Amino acid sequence: MSEAAREGIGQPVRRKEDFRFITGNGHYTDDISRPRQTYAYFLRSPHAHARIRAIDTSAAETAPGVVAVFTGRQVADDGLGGLICGWTVTSKDGTPMKVGPHPILALDTVRYVGDHVALVVAETLADARAAAELIEVDYEALPATVALDACQASDAAQVHAEAPRNTCFEWELGNKAETEAAFARAARVVKLDLTNNRLIPNAMEPRAAIGEYDKGSGIYTLHTTSQNPHVARLVLSAFVGVAPEHKLRVIAPDVGGGFGSKIFIYAEETACVWAAAKVGRPIKWTGDRSEAFLSDAHGRDHLSHAELALDPDGKFLGLRVKTVANLGAYLSTFSAAVPTYLYGTLLSGQYDIPAIHVEVDGVYTHTAPVDAYRGAGRPEATYLLERIVETAARETGIDPAEIRRRNFIRSFPHQTPVIMNYDAGDYQASLDAALEEIDYRGFAARKSEAAKRGKLRGIGISSYIEACGLAPSAAVGSLGAGVGLWESAEVRVNPTGNVEVLTGSHSHGQGHETTFAQLVASRLGIPISNVEIVHGDTDKVQFGMGTYGSRSGAVGMSAIDKALDKIEAKAKKIAAHLMEAAVEDITFENGAFTVQGTDKSLVWAEVSLAAYTAHGFPAGEIEPGLKEGAFYDPTNFTFPAGAHICEVEVDPDTGIAEIVKFVAVDDFGTIINPMIVEGQVHGGIAQGIGQALLEHGVYDPTSGQLVTGSYMDYCMPRADDLPSFTLGFTKTICPSNPLGMKGCGEAGAIASPPAVINAVTDALGIRDIEMPATPARIWQALQSAAPRAAAE
Amino acid sequence: MYQFNYERPKTLADAEALLAKADDPKILAGGQTLIPTLKQRLAMPSDLIDIGGIKDLDFIRAEGDAVMIGAATRHAKVAQSADVKKHNPALAALAAGIGDPAVRHMGTLGGSIANNDPAADYPAACLALDAKIHTTKRLIEADEFFKGMFETALQDSEIIKEVTFPHPEKAAYMKFRNPASRYAMVGVFVSKGPWGIRVAVTGAGQNGVFRVAEMEEALAKNWSPDAVANIKVPARGLNADLHGTAEYRAHLVTVMAKRAVAAAG
Ligand SMILES: Cc1cc2nc3c(=O)[nH]c(=O)nc-3n(C[C@H](O)[C@H](O)[C@H](O)COP(=O)(O)OP(=O)(O)OC[C@H]3O[C@@H](n4cnc5c(N)ncnc54)[C@H](O)[C@@H]3O)c2cc1C
Repeated sequence: MSEAAREGIGQPVRRKEDFRFITGNGHYTDDISRPRQTYAYFLRSPHAHARIRAIDTSAAETAPGVVAVFTGRQVADDGLGGLICGWTVTSKDGTPMKVGPHPILALDTVRYVGDHVALVVAETLADARAAAELIEVDYEALPATVALDACQASDAAQVHAEAPRNTCFEWELGNKAETEAAFARAARVVKLDLTNNRLIPNAMEPRAAIGEYDKGSGIYTLHTTSQNPHVARLVLSAFVGVAPEHKLRVIAPDVGGGFGSKIFIYAEETACVWAAAKVGRPIKWTGDRSEAFLSDAHGRDHLSHAELALDPDGKFLGLRVKTVANLGAYLSTFSAAVPTYLYGTLLSGQYDIPAIHVEVDGVYTHTAPVDAYRGAGRPEATYLLERIVETAARETGIDPAEIRRRNFIRSFPHQTPVIMNYDAGDYQASLDAALEEIDYRGFAARKSEAAKRGKLRGIGISSYIEACGLAPSAAVGSLGAGVGLWESAEVRVNPTGNVEVLTGSHSHGQGHETTFAQLVASRLGIPISNVEIVHGDTDKVQFGMGTYGSRSGAVGMSAIDKALDKIEAKAKKIAAHLMEAAVEDITFENGAFTVQGTDKSLVWAEVSLAAYTAHGFPAGEIEPGLKEGAFYDPTNFTFPAGAHICEVEVDPDTGIAEIVKFVAVDDFGTIINPMIVEGQVHGGIAQGIGQALLEHGVYDPTSGQLVTGSYMDYCMPRADDLPSFTLGFTKTICPSNPLGMKGCGEAGAIASPPAVINAVTDALGIRDIEMPATPARIWQALQSAAPRAAAE
Repeated sequence: MYQFNYERPKTLADAEALLAKADDPKILAGGQTLIPTLKQRLAMPSDLIDIGGIKDLDFIRAEGDAVMIGAATRHAKVAQSADVKKHNPALAALAAGIGDPAVRHMGTLGGSIANNDPAADYPAACLALDAKIHTTKRLIEADEFFKGMFETALQDSEIIKEVTFPHPEKAAYMKFRNPASRYAMVGVFVSKGPWGIRVAVTGAGQNGVFRVAEMEEALAKNWSPDAVANIKVPARGLNADLHGTAEYRAHLVTVMAKRAVAAAG
């Protein structure tokens, strides 16, 4: 095998970027320092809700080392706009969502603990922090609205005057009349109330920013921990008005994890880049972990009621869902889209459900904004559906695997009642493979063996689907998106034959530098070490939509593939000219151009060099150089799907649920690098298990203080909380993109929570348990269940 | 952090002198509790007297029927000590279960008991093993030392020098970890030795570590897990938080006690 083939599509190539990361040679935002740099510290609200009567910054301004102090007043006086939500959701009654102002620094009201009150810029961080303590804020504390189930009450404290009853939108999707008719003729209706717990993202690298202004050119530069620097630039220029787009450069260097939380445009980087011009010096801000807990956008946080209608054979007739989704105190960059178009559209799951109707109320509370977090809407949809399907199996007495089989969609394309048009899949194949792998038939024996050891063993299935490859621009535009969701690529071939690929995708842990290079290696027959993936700088990459929603393979790589088509076409033209043959007679394989039927051949490097020497190119026919760009706009979402099965053993004495087996069989279409894909699945499952058993963002219901503001109380999964995962893959090719890829970044986080909770409830013999199913909750559930069981 | 003076004396006498001289000093040992407190600006000492440079405080010695451990001895060292493993394996196991490797390589015995976090592990060992706490001023019996949540019998500028742990005949510690912090949500140390039988509970009590007389009496009659299986501590006075109710903690005390007796053999 040639080196290029060993590194091509389908090969488990080691990640190129890891050596730099694990030897401490990465360049994260905080690693970067600019000449004459100052340091920022944000004074944050200690109240969940308060009116600011006055702010006195005079003592802070004269404190040692202080360069400047800014409040919301100066920001407003400078004419800066607030932060925006880039997706407009329309309510059932046709009115647009009700948006409260989202100032960069609070003006007269603070709306959550951690809200931004003032920015102190000083020579050192210590100076800035010390000065912040000298700022006197005269707060009038007000009652806070925290609990999701009470926030729409008429007497609940209002988060925004613009949104009565704290309701931002009342959205619906699907066909209500058909759904009601389905329920009317149902043999059985299964009902379930569910909570999808609030999560706090906790990327390894906290958010950070360096704002800079060059007086000579009038150009602003922002280094920031972003998953999508071009979108940040667009928002900061077009909406916030920091600087015109061509005078603002945004650089997202190495970024240590995002999981969605770094898609958004936050107050901190905005304030830093704006204030840099005011103080005439670069300003660096690096959030600490406590700030991350308080002010990174959180995830999930739904309350739902679901009803499933079944016919006498256990076929699903209709699904009815009512969800209240917490948006927090302000709308974050994509928050309105998450509990609507990324949630309701996935409620058909892998099943042929003829009628679906979902209503979602997006509500404000005095808590940190809630936005996309790994999976974004799709974990919530999957959790709801897979929990109610499991409940239906238990109530009808149909085996959980069998009830799924009876309802699987089997022919494609399949139009669901909730917008999505599934293009390809084989749900039975992944479920069967997972059942086989976990030895489903042997479960009963394992359960009784566990019982002899005093353990309660349970098994839970989750057959999930998700929509990735965000997204066809026209489709999202018609649904309220303020942007298109195509991707761009530019391939620059150097005279020596090595290649730079400029991509609008952004890698913050996904391994793009390797995966993308593997595609180039496969196409051009060169080793991946000769390929440089360039991303994350608006001065280098013309435009891009960034990385989230498992889109970088299906959309980002498709753009690269398209650009490579053009490169190949031009290179063939050059080769034809050099070998004095017709273009149609040139074949390109394993890095060699050959005139068909002859032994005339040129290698890649010879053609690249010729592209730049350009000697004797026929004028007007071949331009010198070898550089091509492409924009790729997908024609459909992609639909990764699969089956995850979890087996747990509960210790009834302590309530500890141990995951003893976890099998995941996923269909991601074409896989470029199986090692990286497995890593993505592992990470996703770890986060899903975190949600199911460990993690919970909790606010005090009265004061609105964040109770889980550190790792002492917020339980991140650790290696020893997790079992060894058994992974498998099935494959149906995605027909809508040239590489047949579907996306793998979020699947684990989407699929695994219901598998775990189905297993835990199976073990305990109960209908439901709230996530996270902590030992305390499990023990409590057993206490409540025990007397009932005894009475039966 | 606020500004403070930093001193690293080489002898106990120098440390005492520095403590006496400073306005509002704090002893710094492993820093695992104190440094985070300073970083969060929850304390503003004038001086930090780092006792990490005092060689005399870092030792483990087995002598006669006891093991002596210097106050500045790191948890990792206790966990790995051949002497401790031989004479008091339950204590070595306890130390091995504190926090994570980084914490165990910084945190110290003296710092842990001086801090008396109600969820810390060492207080249970001290109480159950009838430990003697030697300070620069006196000897304090473990029974007299722990005074309540984050409170001890220590006076200002009194430095713990060493803790003497008499060898137990039988002992074991069972810890139910708080899922997030991994401190003890409930930790039960049972022992049998020259002092009789002791059962000490950490993590659960609002006032820190406590003994369970009823369990001690039952075990004196019948040293077996069954003896404690039906003894419940009252939920009143136990911690209740996001991680569990007082009732749950009360239940766990029984479960952990049972398991500790079984493990002690
Ligand atoms: C992530 C993490 C996890 C942890 N998990 C656990 C756990 O599972 N179980 C557990 O028991 N503990 C745990 N700890 C606490 C740790 O074990 C330390 O022992 C404890 O923080 C105090 O010890 P130190 O040496 O670090 O003391 P320092 O932080 O230096 O000091 C603590 C206090 O003790 C005083 N002090 C220190 N030494 C003396 C002395 N010789 N005489 C008088 N006063 C003194 C100091 O002035 C200060 O007030 C954890 C800590 C962290 C950071």
